[in-house]
Amino acid sequence: MLTAIKERTNVELPFQTTSVFQPETILAVKNLEIFYGEKRAVNGISLDIEKNTVTALIGPSGCGKSTFLRSINRMNDLIPGAKAIGEIIYEDLNILSEDINVVALRKEIGMVFQKPNPFPKSIYENITHGLKFAGIKKKSKLDEIVEESLRKAALWDEVKDRLHKSALSLSGGQQQRLCIARTIAMKPTVILLDEPSSALDPISNAKVEDLIVDLKKEYSIIIVTHNMQQASRISDKTAFFLSGDLIEYDSTETIFTNPSVKKTEEYISGRFG
Amino acid sequence: MNSKAADRIATGVFVAIAITIVTILAGLFFYIFVNGFKHISLEFLTSPSSNVRAGGGIRDQLFNSFYILFITMLITVPIGIGGGVYMAEYAKPGKVTDLIRTCIEVLSSLPSIVIGMFGLLIFVNTTGWGYTILGGALALTIFNLPTMVRTTEDAIRAVPRDLKEASLALGVTHWHTIKTIILPAAFPSVLTGAILAAGRVFGEAAALLFTAGLSTPRLDYTNWNPFSEQSPLNIFRPAETLAVHIWSVNTQGLIPDVNEVASGSSAVLVLSVLIFNLLARWIGSLIHKRATATK
Repeated sequence: MLTAIKERTNVELPFQTTSVFQPETILAVKNLEIFYGEKRAVNGISLDIEKNTVTALIGPSGCGKSTFLRSINRMNDLIPGAKAIGEIIYEDLNILSEDINVVALRKEIGMVFQKPNPFPKSIYENITHGLKFAGIKKKSKLDEIVEESLRKAALWDEVKDRLHKSALSLSGGQQQRLCIARTIAMKPTVILLDEPSSALDPISNAKVEDLIVDLKKEYSIIIVTHNMQQASRISDKTAFFLSGDLIEYDSTETIFTNPSVKKTEEYISGRFG
Repeated sequence: MNSKAADRIATGVFVAIAITIVTILAGLFFYIFVNGFKHISLEFLTSPSSNVRAGGGIRDQLFNSFYILFITMLITVPIGIGGGVYMAEYAKPGKVTDLIRTCIEVLSSLPSIVIGMFGLLIFVNTTGWGYTILGGALALTIFNLPTMVRTTEDAIRAVPRDLKEASLALGVTHWHTIKTIILPAAFPSVLTGAILAAGRVFGEAAALLFTAGLSTPRLDYTNWNPFSEQSPLNIFRPAETLAVHIWSVNTQGLIPDVNEVASGSSAVLVLSVLIFNLLARWIGSLIHKRATATK
Protein backbone atom coordinates (compact mmCIF):
# COMPACT_ATOMS: atom_id res chain seq x y z
CA MET A 1 0.00 0.00 0.00
CA LEU A 2 2.84 2.29 0.85
CA THR A 3 4.19 1.85 -2.65
CA ALA A 4 0.86 2.90 -4.09
CA ILE A 5 1.41 6.41 -2.86
CA LYS A 6 5.12 6.45 -3.54
CA GLU A 7 4.97 5.04 -7.02
CA ARG A 8 3.02 7.94 -8.34
CA THR A 9 4.93 10.62 -6.55
CA ASN A 10 8.49 11.75 -6.46
CA VAL A 11 8.58 13.24 -3.03
CA GLU A 12 11.97 13.64 -1.41
CA LEU A 13 12.25 12.16 2.04
CA PRO A 14 12.50 15.02 4.50
CA PHE A 15 15.95 14.42 5.93
CA GLN A 16 15.27 14.91 9.60
CA THR A 17 12.33 12.51 9.85
CA THR A 18 14.17 9.24 10.48
CA SER A 19 15.54 10.38 13.81
CA VAL A 20 12.26 11.87 14.98
CA PHE A 21 10.24 8.79 14.12
CA GLN A 22 9.43 6.56 17.01
CA PRO A 23 8.36 3.03 16.23
CA GLU A 24 4.75 3.55 17.22
CA THR A 25 4.20 6.93 15.56
CA ILE A 26 1.90 6.82 12.55
CA LEU A 27 1.61 10.54 11.86
CA ALA A 28 4.17 13.15 12.82
CA VAL A 29 2.84 16.69 12.62
CA LYS A 30 5.43 19.46 12.57
CA ASN A 31 4.81 23.20 12.62
CA LEU A 32 1.51 22.83 10.87
CA GLU A 33 -0.17 26.11 9.95
CA ILE A 34 -3.48 26.23 8.10
CA PHE A 35 -4.92 29.33 6.45
CA TYR A 36 -8.32 30.13 5.02
CA GLY A 37 -7.33 32.94 2.70
CA GLU A 38 -5.70 35.52 4.98
CA LYS A 39 -7.12 34.07 8.18
CA ARG A 40 -4.97 31.64 10.12
CA ALA A 41 -7.01 28.78 11.60
CA VAL A 42 -4.19 26.63 12.97
CA ASN A 43 -1.05 28.29 14.37
CA GLY A 44 1.97 26.07 13.98
CA ILE A 45 1.15 22.92 15.91
CA SER A 46 3.39 19.86 16.38
CA LEU A 47 2.37 16.47 17.71
CA ASP A 48 2.93 12.76 17.08
CA ILE A 49 -0.11 10.55 16.59
CA GLU A 50 0.49 7.03 17.86
CA LYS A 51 -0.31 3.86 16.01
CA ASN A 52 -3.29 1.72 17.13
CA THR A 53 -4.57 4.26 19.60
CA VAL A 54 -7.60 6.49 19.74
CA THR A 55 -6.55 10.11 19.77
CA ALA A 56 -9.25 12.62 20.72
CA LEU A 57 -9.15 16.25 19.59
CA ILE A 58 -11.14 18.49 21.92
CA GLY A 59 -11.71 22.22 22.22
CA PRO A 60 -14.42 24.85 21.76
CA SER A 61 -16.01 25.49 18.35
CA GLY A 62 -13.72 27.26 15.93
CA CYS A 63 -10.54 26.18 17.72
CA GLY A 64 -9.09 24.54 14.60
CA LYS A 65 -9.46 20.88 15.55
CA SER A 66 -11.71 19.95 12.62
CA THR A 67 -9.54 22.00 10.27
CA PHE A 68 -6.53 20.02 11.48
CA LEU A 69 -8.39 16.72 11.08
CA ARG A 70 -9.44 17.56 7.53
CA SER A 71 -5.88 18.45 6.57
CA ILE A 72 -4.72 14.90 7.35
CA ASN A 73 -6.53 13.45 4.33
CA ARG A 74 -6.39 16.70 2.37
CA MET A 75 -10.15 17.29 2.45
CA ASN A 76 -9.33 20.98 2.87
CA ASP A 77 -8.20 20.95 -0.76
CA LEU A 78 -11.89 21.26 -1.63
CA ILE A 79 -12.19 24.61 0.14
CA PRO A 80 -11.09 27.46 -2.12
CA GLY A 81 -8.34 29.50 -0.46
CA ALA A 82 -7.44 26.90 2.16
CA LYS A 83 -3.69 26.37 2.49
CA ALA A 84 -1.59 24.20 4.79
CA ILE A 85 2.06 24.92 5.57
CA GLY A 86 4.40 22.65 7.53
CA GLU A 87 4.66 18.89 7.61
CA ILE A 88 2.50 15.90 8.36
CA ILE A 89 4.77 12.89 7.93
CA TYR A 90 3.07 9.61 7.11
CA GLU A 91 5.16 6.60 6.07
CA ASP A 92 8.14 8.91 5.41
CA LEU A 93 6.17 11.17 3.12
CA ASN A 94 4.93 14.69 3.73
CA ILE A 95 1.18 14.43 3.16
CA LEU A 96 0.94 18.17 2.53
CA SER A 97 3.35 18.06 -0.41
CA GLU A 98 2.00 19.16 -3.78
CA ASP A 99 3.20 15.93 -5.41
CA ILE A 100 1.21 13.61 -3.17
CA ASN A 101 -1.33 11.45 -4.96
CA VAL A 102 -4.33 12.59 -2.96
CA VAL A 103 -6.56 9.79 -4.25
CA ALA A 104 -4.12 7.10 -3.06
CA LEU A 105 -3.63 8.93 0.23
CA ARG A 106 -7.37 8.99 0.99
CA LYS A 107 -7.54 5.26 0.47
CA GLU A 108 -5.12 4.85 3.38
CA ILE A 109 -6.44 7.65 5.54
CA GLY A 110 -10.20 7.27 5.62
CA MET A 111 -12.75 9.68 7.04
CA VAL A 112 -16.18 9.50 8.65
CA PHE A 113 -18.20 12.71 8.82
CA GLN A 114 -20.38 14.35 11.43
CA LYS A 115 -23.67 13.78 9.64
CA PRO A 116 -24.23 10.24 8.37
CA ASN A 117 -23.86 10.58 4.60
CA PRO A 118 -24.60 7.26 2.91
CA PHE A 119 -24.90 7.36 -0.87
CA PRO A 120 -28.50 7.15 -2.14
CA LYS A 121 -27.83 3.61 -3.31
CA SER A 122 -28.19 0.15 -1.82
CA ILE A 123 -26.35 -0.86 1.35
CA TYR A 124 -24.21 -3.21 -0.73
CA GLU A 125 -23.32 -0.52 -3.28
CA ASN A 126 -22.38 1.91 -0.53
CA ILE A 127 -19.56 -0.40 0.43
CA THR A 128 -18.53 -1.45 -3.06
CA HIS A 129 -18.39 2.13 -4.41
CA GLY A 130 -14.79 2.73 -3.36
CA LEU A 131 -13.74 -0.88 -3.92
CA LYS A 132 -14.93 -0.96 -7.52
CA PHE A 133 -13.04 2.23 -8.24
CA ALA A 134 -9.95 0.67 -6.66
CA GLY A 135 -10.21 -2.10 -9.26
CA ILE A 136 -11.91 -4.93 -7.35
CA LYS A 137 -14.48 -6.27 -9.78
CA LYS A 138 -14.93 -9.91 -8.86
CA LYS A 139 -18.31 -10.49 -7.24
CA SER A 140 -17.11 -13.16 -4.81
CA LYS A 141 -14.33 -10.87 -3.59
CA LEU A 142 -16.76 -7.93 -3.24
CA ASP A 143 -19.26 -10.09 -1.36
CA GLU A 144 -16.52 -11.17 0.99
CA ILE A 145 -15.32 -7.63 1.73
CA VAL A 146 -18.89 -6.36 2.18
CA GLU A 147 -19.61 -9.02 4.79
CA GLU A 148 -16.27 -8.55 6.51
CA SER A 149 -16.61 -4.75 6.74
CA LEU A 150 -20.22 -4.92 7.93
CA ARG A 151 -19.25 -7.45 10.59
CA LYS A 152 -16.40 -5.24 11.77
CA ALA A 153 -18.81 -2.30 11.95
CA ALA A 154 -21.23 -4.47 14.00
CA LEU A 155 -23.93 -3.96 11.40
CA TRP A 156 -23.99 -7.31 9.59
CA ASP A 157 -26.68 -8.98 11.67
CA GLU A 158 -29.00 -6.00 11.27
CA VAL A 159 -28.71 -5.68 7.49
CA LYS A 160 -27.66 -9.07 6.09
CA ASP A 161 -31.19 -9.78 4.81
CA ARG A 162 -31.56 -6.46 3.03
CA LEU A 163 -28.18 -5.69 1.51
CA HIS A 164 -29.79 -4.58 -1.72
CA LYS A 165 -32.26 -2.20 -0.10
CA SER A 166 -31.61 1.53 -0.04
CA ALA A 167 -29.09 2.68 2.56
CA LEU A 168 -31.44 5.59 3.28
CA SER A 169 -33.92 3.14 4.81
CA LEU A 170 -31.53 2.60 7.74
CA SER A 171 -31.76 4.55 11.01
CA GLY A 172 -29.29 7.37 11.65
CA GLY A 173 -27.11 5.19 13.86
CA GLN A 174 -27.09 2.36 11.36
CA GLN A 175 -26.26 4.82 8.57
CA GLN A 176 -23.27 6.07 10.53
CA ARG A 177 -22.02 2.53 11.12
CA LEU A 178 -22.48 1.88 7.40
CA CYS A 179 -20.29 4.92 6.72
CA ILE A 180 -17.68 3.46 9.06
CA ALA A 181 -18.03 0.07 7.30
CA ARG A 182 -17.43 1.54 3.86
CA THR A 183 -14.35 3.32 5.19
CA ILE A 184 -13.03 0.08 6.73
CA ALA A 185 -13.68 -1.73 3.44
CA MET A 186 -10.89 0.30 1.83
CA LYS A 187 -8.47 -1.19 4.40
CA PRO A 188 -7.09 2.14 5.60
CA THR A 189 -4.39 2.51 8.24
CA VAL A 190 -5.79 5.67 9.79
CA ILE A 191 -9.46 6.56 10.29
CA LEU A 192 -10.45 10.17 10.90
CA LEU A 193 -13.75 10.72 12.67
CA ASP A 194 -15.30 14.19 12.70
CA GLU A 195 -17.79 14.19 15.59
CA PRO A 196 -19.19 10.90 14.35
CA SER A 197 -21.91 10.50 16.94
CA SER A 198 -23.01 14.07 17.58
CA ALA A 199 -26.07 13.63 15.35
CA LEU A 200 -27.10 10.32 16.92
CA ASP A 201 -29.35 9.26 19.78
CA PRO A 202 -27.70 7.94 22.98
CA ILE A 203 -28.12 4.24 22.14
CA SER A 204 -26.68 4.60 18.65
CA ASN A 205 -23.95 6.75 20.14
CA ALA A 206 -23.00 3.97 22.57
CA LYS A 207 -22.83 1.48 19.71
CA VAL A 208 -20.58 3.74 17.67
CA GLU A 209 -18.32 4.28 20.70
CA ASP A 210 -18.00 0.53 21.32
CA LEU A 211 -17.15 0.14 17.68
CA ILE A 212 -14.42 2.78 17.80
CA VAL A 213 -12.75 1.11 20.78
CA ASP A 214 -12.94 -2.19 18.94
CA LEU A 215 -11.41 -0.76 15.77
CA LYS A 216 -8.24 0.55 17.36
CA LYS A 217 -6.77 -2.97 17.36
CA GLU A 218 -6.40 -2.66 13.62
CA TYR A 219 -6.47 1.03 12.88
CA SER A 220 -5.14 4.30 14.24
CA ILE A 221 -8.08 6.52 15.04
CA ILE A 222 -8.28 10.28 15.38
CA ILE A 223 -11.61 11.61 16.59
CA VAL A 224 -12.88 15.16 16.96
CA THR A 225 -15.48 15.40 19.68
CA HIS A 226 -17.40 18.01 21.65
CA ASN A 227 -18.44 15.43 24.18
CA MET A 228 -16.02 15.32 27.11
CA GLN A 229 -17.42 12.04 28.42
CA GLN A 230 -16.91 10.50 25.03
CA ALA A 231 -13.29 11.64 24.87
CA SER A 232 -12.59 10.25 28.34
CA ARG A 233 -14.41 6.98 27.64
CA ILE A 234 -12.87 5.98 24.36
CA SER A 235 -9.57 7.77 23.77
CA ASP A 236 -6.04 6.94 24.86
CA LYS A 237 -4.54 10.30 24.06
CA THR A 238 -6.22 13.69 24.09
CA ALA A 239 -5.18 16.95 22.41
CA PHE A 240 -6.75 20.17 23.62
CA PHE A 241 -7.04 22.98 21.05
CA LEU A 242 -7.84 26.62 21.70
CA SER A 243 -7.96 29.43 19.09
CA GLY A 244 -5.78 27.51 16.65
CA ASP A 245 -3.14 26.55 19.22
CA LEU A 246 -2.42 23.11 20.61
CA ILE A 247 -2.59 23.85 24.32
CA GLU A 248 -1.92 20.42 25.74
CA TYR A 249 -1.40 16.92 24.38
CA ASP A 250 -1.05 13.98 26.72
CA SER A 251 -2.57 10.68 27.75
CA THR A 252 -6.31 11.01 28.24
CA GLU A 253 -6.01 10.09 31.88
CA THR A 254 -3.55 12.89 32.56
CA ILE A 255 -5.59 15.45 30.62
CA PHE A 256 -8.78 14.61 32.50
CA THR A 257 -7.36 14.12 36.00
CA ASN A 258 -4.22 16.19 36.21
CA PRO A 259 -3.80 18.62 33.30
CA SER A 260 -0.69 20.76 33.42
CA VAL A 261 -2.23 23.84 31.80
CA LYS A 262 -4.90 25.81 33.64
CA LYS A 263 -6.93 26.49 30.45
CA THR A 264 -7.29 22.75 29.86
CA GLU A 265 -8.65 22.21 33.33
CA GLU A 266 -11.09 25.10 32.91
CA TYR A 267 -12.36 23.76 29.60
CA ILE A 268 -12.75 20.20 30.81
CA SER A 269 -14.58 21.23 33.94
CA GLY A 270 -16.96 23.21 31.73
CA ARG A 271 -16.02 26.71 32.75
CA PHE A 272 -15.92 27.90 29.12
CA GLY A 273 -16.50 26.56 25.65
CA MET B 1 -57.86 45.45 9.78
CA ASN B 2 -56.73 42.75 12.12
CA SER B 3 -54.19 40.11 11.22
CA LYS B 4 -56.75 37.33 11.15
CA ALA B 5 -58.75 39.09 8.44
CA ALA B 6 -55.57 39.85 6.50
CA ASP B 7 -54.68 36.18 6.67
CA ARG B 8 -58.08 35.19 5.37
CA ILE B 9 -57.89 37.70 2.51
CA ALA B 10 -54.41 36.47 1.56
CA THR B 11 -55.62 32.88 1.49
CA GLY B 12 -58.59 33.93 -0.63
CA VAL B 13 -56.41 35.84 -3.11
CA PHE B 14 -54.01 32.92 -3.59
CA VAL B 15 -56.84 30.43 -4.02
CA ALA B 16 -58.41 32.74 -6.58
CA ILE B 17 -55.15 32.99 -8.50
CA ALA B 18 -54.78 29.21 -8.47
CA ILE B 19 -58.34 28.76 -9.71
CA THR B 20 -57.75 31.30 -12.50
CA ILE B 21 -54.66 29.47 -13.69
CA VAL B 22 -56.38 26.09 -13.66
CA THR B 23 -59.44 27.53 -15.42
CA ILE B 24 -57.37 29.07 -18.20
CA LEU B 25 -55.47 25.82 -18.70
CA ALA B 26 -58.57 23.64 -18.57
CA GLY B 27 -60.39 26.00 -20.96
CA LEU B 28 -57.51 25.89 -23.40
CA PHE B 29 -57.34 22.10 -23.34
CA PHE B 30 -61.09 21.85 -23.68
CA TYR B 31 -61.15 24.20 -26.65
CA ILE B 32 -58.30 22.45 -28.45
CA PHE B 33 -59.64 18.96 -27.84
CA VAL B 34 -63.29 19.75 -28.62
CA ASN B 35 -62.29 21.38 -31.89
CA GLY B 36 -59.57 18.92 -32.74
CA PHE B 37 -60.70 15.48 -31.66
CA LYS B 38 -63.43 15.13 -34.24
CA HIS B 39 -60.83 15.56 -36.99
CA ILE B 40 -58.41 13.02 -35.59
CA SER B 41 -58.76 9.67 -37.25
CA LEU B 42 -56.40 6.89 -38.13
CA GLU B 43 -56.47 8.12 -41.69
CA PHE B 44 -55.59 11.68 -40.61
CA LEU B 45 -52.58 10.36 -38.72
CA THR B 46 -51.37 7.97 -41.42
CA SER B 47 -51.85 9.82 -44.69
CA PRO B 48 -49.53 12.45 -46.18
CA SER B 49 -50.61 16.08 -46.27
CA SER B 50 -52.26 17.48 -49.34
CA ASN B 51 -51.50 20.78 -51.02
CA VAL B 52 -54.76 21.59 -52.76
CA ARG B 53 -57.37 18.92 -52.14
CA ALA B 54 -59.24 18.33 -48.91
CA GLY B 55 -58.60 15.28 -46.73
CA GLY B 56 -54.84 15.50 -46.28
CA GLY B 57 -53.24 14.02 -43.17
CA ILE B 58 -50.24 14.81 -41.03
CA ARG B 59 -48.26 11.57 -41.13
CA ASP B 60 -44.98 13.11 -42.28
CA GLN B 61 -45.29 16.20 -40.06
CA LEU B 62 -45.87 14.06 -36.98
CA PHE B 63 -42.90 11.88 -37.81
CA ASN B 64 -40.74 14.95 -38.53
CA SER B 65 -41.64 16.51 -35.17
CA PHE B 66 -40.51 13.43 -33.29
CA TYR B 67 -37.47 12.91 -35.47
CA ILE B 68 -36.24 16.51 -35.10
CA LEU B 69 -36.91 16.22 -31.38
CA PHE B 70 -34.80 13.06 -31.26
CA ILE B 71 -31.88 14.56 -33.21
CA THR B 72 -32.01 17.79 -31.19
CA MET B 73 -31.96 15.96 -27.87
CA LEU B 74 -29.16 13.73 -29.13
CA ILE B 75 -27.04 16.87 -29.53
CA THR B 76 -28.43 18.99 -26.69
CA VAL B 77 -28.41 16.52 -23.80
CA PRO B 78 -24.73 15.46 -23.84
CA ILE B 79 -23.41 18.98 -24.49
CA GLY B 80 -25.86 20.53 -22.04
CA ILE B 81 -25.01 18.10 -19.26
CA GLY B 82 -21.31 18.51 -20.00
CA GLY B 83 -21.64 22.29 -19.76
CA GLY B 84 -23.64 22.02 -16.55
CA VAL B 85 -21.05 19.71 -14.99
CA TYR B 86 -18.32 22.16 -15.98
CA MET B 87 -20.17 25.15 -14.51
CA ALA B 88 -21.01 23.37 -11.25
CA GLU B 89 -17.88 21.30 -10.63
CA TYR B 90 -14.90 22.66 -12.54
CA ALA B 91 -15.33 26.37 -13.28
CA LYS B 92 -13.40 28.48 -10.78
CA PRO B 93 -15.31 31.49 -9.52
CA GLY B 94 -14.06 34.58 -11.33
CA LYS B 95 -14.53 36.93 -14.26
CA VAL B 96 -14.38 34.24 -16.96
CA THR B 97 -17.04 32.11 -15.28
CA ASP B 98 -19.26 35.16 -14.77
CA LEU B 99 -18.86 35.99 -18.46
CA ILE B 100 -19.82 32.44 -19.47
CA ARG B 101 -22.86 32.57 -17.21
CA THR B 102 -23.96 35.95 -18.65
CA CYS B 103 -23.56 34.59 -22.19
CA ILE B 104 -25.71 31.57 -21.32
CA GLU B 105 -28.41 33.80 -19.88
CA VAL B 106 -28.44 36.11 -22.89
CA LEU B 107 -28.55 33.12 -25.22
CA SER B 108 -31.55 31.69 -23.41
CA SER B 109 -33.52 34.91 -23.85
CA LEU B 110 -32.86 35.32 -27.59
CA PRO B 111 -36.09 35.43 -29.60
CA SER B 112 -36.51 32.22 -31.55
CA ILE B 113 -37.04 34.05 -34.84
CA VAL B 114 -33.55 35.55 -34.43
CA ILE B 115 -32.15 32.09 -33.90
CA GLY B 116 -34.02 31.02 -37.04
CA MET B 117 -32.37 33.81 -39.03
CA PHE B 118 -28.98 32.91 -37.60
CA GLY B 119 -29.63 29.26 -38.49
CA LEU B 120 -30.54 30.27 -42.05
CA LEU B 121 -27.26 32.11 -42.34
CA ILE B 122 -25.05 29.39 -40.87
CA PHE B 123 -26.73 26.00 -41.22
CA VAL B 124 -28.52 26.63 -44.50
CA ASN B 125 -26.39 29.07 -46.52
CA THR B 126 -22.83 28.86 -45.20
CA THR B 127 -22.84 25.08 -45.03
CA GLY B 128 -24.68 24.82 -48.34
CA TRP B 129 -26.96 22.11 -46.97
CA GLY B 130 -30.20 23.92 -47.80
CA TYR B 131 -33.20 23.25 -45.58
CA THR B 132 -32.37 20.16 -43.55
CA ILE B 133 -33.40 18.30 -40.42
CA LEU B 134 -29.85 18.64 -39.14
CA GLY B 135 -29.93 22.42 -39.66
CA GLY B 136 -33.23 22.61 -37.79
CA ALA B 137 -31.91 20.44 -34.99
CA LEU B 138 -28.77 22.56 -34.64
CA ALA B 139 -30.82 25.77 -34.51
CA LEU B 140 -33.01 24.22 -31.82
CA THR B 141 -29.88 23.12 -29.97
CA ILE B 142 -28.72 26.74 -29.76
CA PHE B 143 -32.17 27.54 -28.48
CA ASN B 144 -32.21 24.76 -25.87
CA LEU B 145 -28.61 24.49 -24.76
CA PRO B 146 -28.73 27.38 -22.26
CA THR B 147 -31.74 25.88 -20.48
CA MET B 148 -30.11 22.48 -20.38
CA VAL B 149 -26.81 23.84 -19.01
CA ARG B 150 -28.63 25.93 -16.44
CA THR B 151 -30.88 23.16 -15.15
CA THR B 152 -27.97 20.68 -15.00
CA GLU B 153 -25.84 23.17 -13.08
CA ASP B 154 -28.65 23.85 -10.62
CA ALA B 155 -29.39 20.14 -10.24
CA ILE B 156 -25.75 19.35 -9.47
CA ARG B 157 -25.45 22.22 -7.00
CA ALA B 158 -28.52 20.86 -5.20
CA VAL B 159 -26.80 17.52 -4.54
CA PRO B 160 -25.59 17.60 -0.91
CA ARG B 161 -21.89 18.39 -0.58
CA ASP B 162 -21.68 15.55 1.96
CA LEU B 163 -22.07 12.96 -0.75
CA LYS B 164 -19.21 14.37 -2.80
CA GLU B 165 -16.95 14.55 0.24
CA ALA B 166 -17.88 11.01 1.27
CA SER B 167 -16.89 9.66 -2.11
CA LEU B 168 -13.65 11.63 -2.31
CA ALA B 169 -12.74 10.51 1.22
CA LEU B 170 -12.89 6.90 0.01
CA GLY B 171 -10.08 7.58 -2.42
CA VAL B 172 -12.29 7.99 -5.46
CA THR B 173 -11.37 10.57 -8.10
CA HIS B 174 -13.42 13.68 -8.82
CA TRP B 175 -14.54 12.46 -12.24
CA HIS B 176 -15.59 9.03 -10.98
CA THR B 177 -17.50 10.73 -8.16
CA ILE B 178 -19.34 12.93 -10.66
CA LYS B 179 -20.14 9.91 -12.81
CA THR B 180 -21.30 7.50 -10.13
CA ILE B 181 -22.60 9.70 -7.29
CA ILE B 182 -23.36 13.27 -8.32
CA LEU B 183 -25.01 12.78 -11.71
CA PRO B 184 -27.24 9.89 -10.56
CA ALA B 185 -28.34 12.00 -7.58
CA ALA B 186 -29.04 14.95 -9.87
CA PHE B 187 -30.79 12.77 -12.46
CA PRO B 188 -34.46 13.60 -11.63
CA SER B 189 -33.88 17.37 -11.95
CA VAL B 190 -31.79 16.95 -15.09
CA LEU B 191 -34.60 14.87 -16.57
CA THR B 192 -37.12 17.61 -15.79
CA GLY B 193 -34.87 20.07 -17.58
CA ALA B 194 -34.61 17.78 -20.59
CA ILE B 195 -38.40 17.34 -20.70
CA LEU B 196 -38.93 21.12 -20.59
CA ALA B 197 -36.40 21.53 -23.39
CA ALA B 198 -38.18 18.82 -25.39
CA GLY B 199 -41.51 20.56 -24.97
CA ARG B 200 -40.05 23.70 -26.45
CA VAL B 201 -38.77 21.74 -29.45
CA PHE B 202 -42.23 20.28 -30.11
CA GLY B 203 -43.88 23.68 -30.09
CA GLU B 204 -41.19 25.66 -31.87
CA ALA B 205 -42.08 27.00 -35.32
CA ALA B 206 -40.20 30.27 -35.83
CA ALA B 207 -36.71 28.79 -35.50
CA LEU B 208 -37.58 25.98 -37.90
CA LEU B 209 -39.20 28.01 -40.69
CA PHE B 210 -35.85 29.01 -42.13
CA THR B 211 -33.81 25.99 -41.16
CA ALA B 212 -35.83 22.79 -41.60
CA GLY B 213 -38.11 24.33 -44.18
CA LEU B 214 -41.79 24.22 -45.07
CA SER B 215 -41.86 21.10 -47.16
CA THR B 216 -41.21 17.41 -46.89
CA PRO B 217 -40.10 15.23 -49.80
CA ARG B 218 -42.21 12.19 -50.69
CA LEU B 219 -41.19 9.74 -47.99
CA ASP B 220 -41.02 6.00 -48.27
CA TYR B 221 -41.32 4.53 -44.79
CA THR B 222 -39.97 1.18 -45.90
CA ASN B 223 -36.68 2.78 -46.89
CA TRP B 224 -34.38 2.66 -43.87
CA ASN B 225 -31.23 3.80 -45.62
CA PRO B 226 -30.42 7.12 -43.91
CA PHE B 227 -28.55 8.34 -47.00
CA SER B 228 -31.41 7.88 -49.40
CA GLU B 229 -33.48 10.89 -50.54
CA GLN B 230 -36.79 9.19 -49.81
CA SER B 231 -35.81 7.79 -46.46
CA PRO B 232 -37.53 9.38 -43.46
CA LEU B 233 -34.29 8.85 -41.52
CA ASN B 234 -32.23 11.06 -43.84
CA ILE B 235 -31.08 14.04 -41.79
CA PHE B 236 -30.16 16.04 -44.89
CA ARG B 237 -33.70 16.42 -46.16
CA PRO B 238 -36.16 19.28 -45.54
CA ALA B 239 -38.78 18.53 -42.92
CA GLU B 240 -41.92 20.40 -41.99
CA THR B 241 -42.85 19.77 -38.38
CA LEU B 242 -46.34 19.74 -36.93
CA ALA B 243 -46.02 23.20 -35.38
CA VAL B 244 -44.71 24.63 -38.66
CA HIS B 245 -47.53 22.85 -40.50
CA ILE B 246 -50.15 24.51 -38.32
CA TRP B 247 -48.63 27.87 -39.08
CA SER B 248 -48.28 27.25 -42.79
CA VAL B 249 -51.77 25.90 -43.51
CA ASN B 250 -53.19 28.83 -41.60
CA THR B 251 -51.17 31.48 -43.43
CA GLN B 252 -50.68 30.10 -46.91
CA GLY B 253 -52.76 26.98 -47.16
CA LEU B 254 -54.75 26.43 -50.36
CA ILE B 255 -56.67 23.43 -49.07
CA PRO B 256 -60.40 23.92 -48.41
CA ASP B 257 -60.26 22.14 -45.02
CA VAL B 258 -57.68 24.47 -43.43
CA ASN B 259 -59.59 24.78 -40.17
CA GLU B 260 -60.10 21.06 -39.78
CA VAL B 261 -56.45 20.26 -40.47
CA ALA B 262 -55.21 23.04 -38.17
CA SER B 263 -57.48 22.04 -35.28
CA GLY B 264 -56.69 18.37 -35.68
CA SER B 265 -52.98 19.08 -35.83
CA SER B 266 -53.16 21.26 -32.73
CA ALA B 267 -54.91 18.55 -30.76
CA VAL B 268 -52.37 15.96 -31.90
CA LEU B 269 -49.51 18.31 -31.01
CA VAL B 270 -50.82 18.95 -27.49
CA LEU B 271 -51.53 15.27 -27.01
CA SER B 272 -48.03 14.34 -28.20
CA VAL B 273 -46.43 16.73 -25.74
CA LEU B 274 -48.59 15.30 -22.96
CA ILE B 275 -47.82 11.68 -23.79
CA PHE B 276 -44.14 12.43 -24.22
CA ASN B 277 -44.04 14.16 -20.82
CA LEU B 278 -45.75 11.34 -18.98
CA LEU B 279 -43.69 8.68 -20.70
CA ALA B 280 -40.40 10.45 -20.02
CA ARG B 281 -41.29 10.93 -16.37
CA TRP B 282 -42.36 7.32 -15.96
CA ILE B 283 -39.20 5.94 -17.57
CA GLY B 284 -37.11 8.41 -15.60
CA SER B 285 -38.57 7.33 -12.29
CA LEU B 286 -37.97 3.68 -13.19
CA ILE B 287 -34.32 4.41 -13.91
CA HIS B 288 -33.98 6.45 -10.74
CA LYS B 289 -35.52 3.72 -8.62
CA ARG B 290 -33.14 1.17 -10.01
CA ALA B 291 -30.13 3.41 -9.42
CA THR B 292 -31.03 4.29 -5.85
CA ALA B 293 -32.35 0.87 -4.84
CA THR B 294 -35.66 2.32 -3.64
CA LYS B 295 -38.77 0.37 -4.43
